[in-house]
This record gives sequence, structure tokens and C-alpha cells, in this order.
Amino acid sequence: MRVGVLALQGDFREHLLALEECGVLASTVRRPSELAAVDALVLPGGESTAIANLARSFDIFEPLKARIASGMPVYGSCAGMILLADRVLDAAVGQETFGGLDITVRRNAFGRQVDSFETDLEFAGITNPPVRAVFIRAPWVESVGATVEVLATYEHAVAVRKGELLATSFHPELTGDNRIHRFFIESVARPALERAAVK
Amino acid sequence: MSQNVGTARVKRGMAEMLKGGVIMDVVNVEQAKIAEAAGAVAVMALERVPADIRAQGGVARMSDPDMIEKIKAAVSIPVMAKARIGHFVEAQILQSLGVDYIDESEVLTPTDMENHIDKWNFTIPFVCGATNLGEALRRINEGAAMIRSKGEAGTGDVSNAMTHMRSIGGDIRRLSALREDELYVAAKNMQAPYDLVKEVAQTGKLPVVLFTAGGIATPADAALMMQMGADGVFIGSGIFKSGDPASRAAACVKATTFYDDPKVLADVSRGLGEAMVGINVADLPVAHRLAERGW
Repeated sequence: MRVGVLALQGDFREHLLALEECGVLASTVRRPSELAAVDALVLPGGESTAIANLARSFDIFEPLKARIASGMPVYGSCAGMILLADRVLDAAVGQETFGGLDITVRRNAFGRQVDSFETDLEFAGITNPPVRAVFIRAPWVESVGATVEVLATYEHAVAVRKGELLATSFHPELTGDNRIHRFFIESVARPALERAAVK
Repeated sequence: MSQNVGTARVKRGMAEMLKGGVIMDVVNVEQAKIAEAAGAVAVMALERVPADIRAQGGVARMSDPDMIEKIKAAVSIPVMAKARIGHFVEAQILQSLGVDYIDESEVLTPTDMENHIDKWNFTIPFVCGATNLGEALRRINEGAAMIRSKGEAGTGDVSNAMTHMRSIGGDIRRLSALREDELYVAAKNMQAPYDLVKEVAQTGKLPVVLFTAGGIATPADAALMMQMGADGVFIGSGIFKSGDPASRAAACVKATTFYDDPKVLADVSRGLGEAMVGINVADLPVAHRLAERGW
């Protein structure tokens, strides 16, 4: 399995490292040709407005949207969660997302940087020890569609999954704990790719 | 469950999210909106860009809170603001305003000729300038969560930024080549704490994000700094002192992402109008060189 990390802006190197530590091939994605070469994708933390702008400018916005719509497994952290969301509250004027995940996300919902925090979090299926979650100007999930599963909650939903799409408000790539990346690879991406191969 | 704010991980992590991006100096709401639309990852709210501080002279201080709040209200991206070196009350005020990062900056007139702000006392993270590794590690020891090479602000001359990136990178590479028993003297010589020196020697990089600032005026300048190992760039006077700020801002953002692709760099460098009028750093009297402020 080759997993790409969208590398237009943000902490994509930390995601690459986490994926490599999980034993998959990981590569940066900035161009449509690089997107075509990967089986799954991570949307990193960063500024969701800047990333969407750059994706438009370099003609990878529509190809990426189409790949997500056709079932490519994707994990988004923080800005990545916003980019996966079908609906965004407190968005910048004209802000676009790739969409695909039937959730409404509120940007910077936990506040500004002085309110950024870390905490222990109970994450469905990942326990003992709990996940140390780092929230940085983080969004939360204001509401979810009927078939979206909520995996972790802190005041609001902060980790959600629907089929092959996974999103967290927080940044597991900053803690050196790769359990959420492993969960994405083994429990989200691999089964989805195997199902697709059978078809 | 209990939550911890203002931890080193949360402060340094904020800078991680800015990587690969451009932080732009803005002096009003209109400029802040142009910066956001162009794809800036953050804006630095200040009353005068460095080129004007240089031209007008006088004491340069923290910006008016009204002006900072208006910019905060106008954009959804992070807003930074500058405090004078050592002026911890300006920093307290900026923290109370809820800006996202404080730049303890040599561009403003220094307040304390010996001490910088004790940045561990704050919930808000700080970025500080450095001209070499020892200076960077002293700032990190005081609690800086992000470093920017200083360059020479307000000149449009990228030569000092180049010198400082070479210096920081060179110092790191030299440390990595030393024997472990040589690190004590290395720490003494660079006037930096031994523990941080040892950490850099082992990891081959700074423990915090490293941006470049000072004199960046073109997309090629931004890409040059990225190829020199910067994690991202600050552009001060270079955008809003140029002929076509919106186009130049967008071009610098694109150049920072595709810093290693000359074809893209050629494309984005076309038709940007006039760059800011530059000042050669070599022509500046020593007393007017901002990079030498800070200790």
C-alpha cells in the first residue's frame, strides 16, 4: 500500500514519518500525477484556507475531490478534517473543501492559540493508555450525518469515521504515538482497498 | 478530563502547522484580507512595515490594540503581533488580546539591552529572531517556540537572510560532526545551554520550527530560503511595498510550496510588476542595522 500525504502546506513531514513507522510506503503529493500513484491519502494539519487555495492553483483540487468521491481512503487531521467536511461553519469568504465526509465542522471552534491544549482522550478501539490529543486552534464536529460514526468526543465530536474516511480535530502526528495512523492503515484503508480489489 | 494549555508541545505544534507557508506583514484590514485570499498561513499585524520604520525613524513600539483587534476580526487565519525585545508588558498586553503568536522582534526598538522576555511565563507562544545557532538556542532556552533567521528587515536585500541561514545550518552540521565529549566546549563557545546543544547534535536540527525573515522580496527569494532549509518564510515590506501586492503575495505562496521546481518558479515570477525598492544592506550605517539587535 502506498499512502500519500498532501504536501502543499502544513506538517506533512510529521505524517510521512508516522506512516513510515507504521511500515507503509509514504510519499508527498503536490501534483495530480503524484496523487494518481497513491492508494490512500493523508490531509495534514496546516491552514485549511491556504491548502485549498494551493490545490486550486495547481489543478489538484478537482482530481482529489474525484478520488475521494470514488472511494479512496483518506485521513484528515485538523485542517485535514475541515478539508474533508461537506459543510464548514466560520469559514473564510469563498473557502472551499474537497468534501466527501457528511459532517458539519466549525473552524477554530476551541478558540485561538491561547486556548490550544492537550488532553487524554478516549478513542473507540484505542485504549490503555488513552490517546494524548493535541488540539491547536482546533475545529470540532458540530453535527454528523446519519451513517457517520463518532470515535472520540471532547465537549463535541472530535474524531469521526464514515467508511473509508477518517478525521480527527487533533494532531496524533505531533506526539510520536502512531496508533491512530495504524488504525487508519489497518482498519480503514486496508479493508477498503481489499474490498475494491475484489470488485 | 483535565486539559493543559500553553504546553511546549502546544506552542511548538502551532508553528508546525505554519510550515511550508508564508506569514505576511499587514498594517490594516484591507491588507490582511488580501493576504488571506492569497493563501498566507498567518498575518503579522503592525502599524508600520519595517521599510517605513526605517524611513521614518523614531522609536518603534507594539501596535495599537484597536488595530490588532480589527485585523483579528477581519480574517480567519492566525494573527501575530510584535513586542519589543525585553518588553514583557507589551507581551502581556498582546496575550490578553488573544493574538496567536508574539514576535519578540528586533524590528521594534529594543527595551532591555541585556535580557529578553522570559517566554516560559506566557501561555501564548513566541517567535524570536536569530543570526546563528547560539542565539537561536538562547532564545529557545528562554521559551521561544519558533525561530526565524533575522535577515535585515525592510531592505528587500536577501543577503543577510542568506548569511544567517548559512550560519545556523552550518553550525548545526558542525555540531553533528563532533564527538560527544567535545559538545561541552561547543556549548561554551556558542554561549548556549549544553542540553540544547546536545539535542541539536543528536537530531541534526533545531528543536523548533525555523522560518526565514528579513529582505525577502520575490518568489525566487522565498524559494531560495526554502532550499536553504527554512520551514517557511516571513515577508514584511516585500509584498505591500511592491507594485501589485495581491499578485506578488499569491506568487510568493506558490513559490514557497514549489520551492524546488524551477518551472513553477518561472511561471509565478512573471508579470508581478515592480518589486519593492531595495536598500543594499552594505550601504546601511551599522547603527541602522536591525539584525545586530538582540543578545
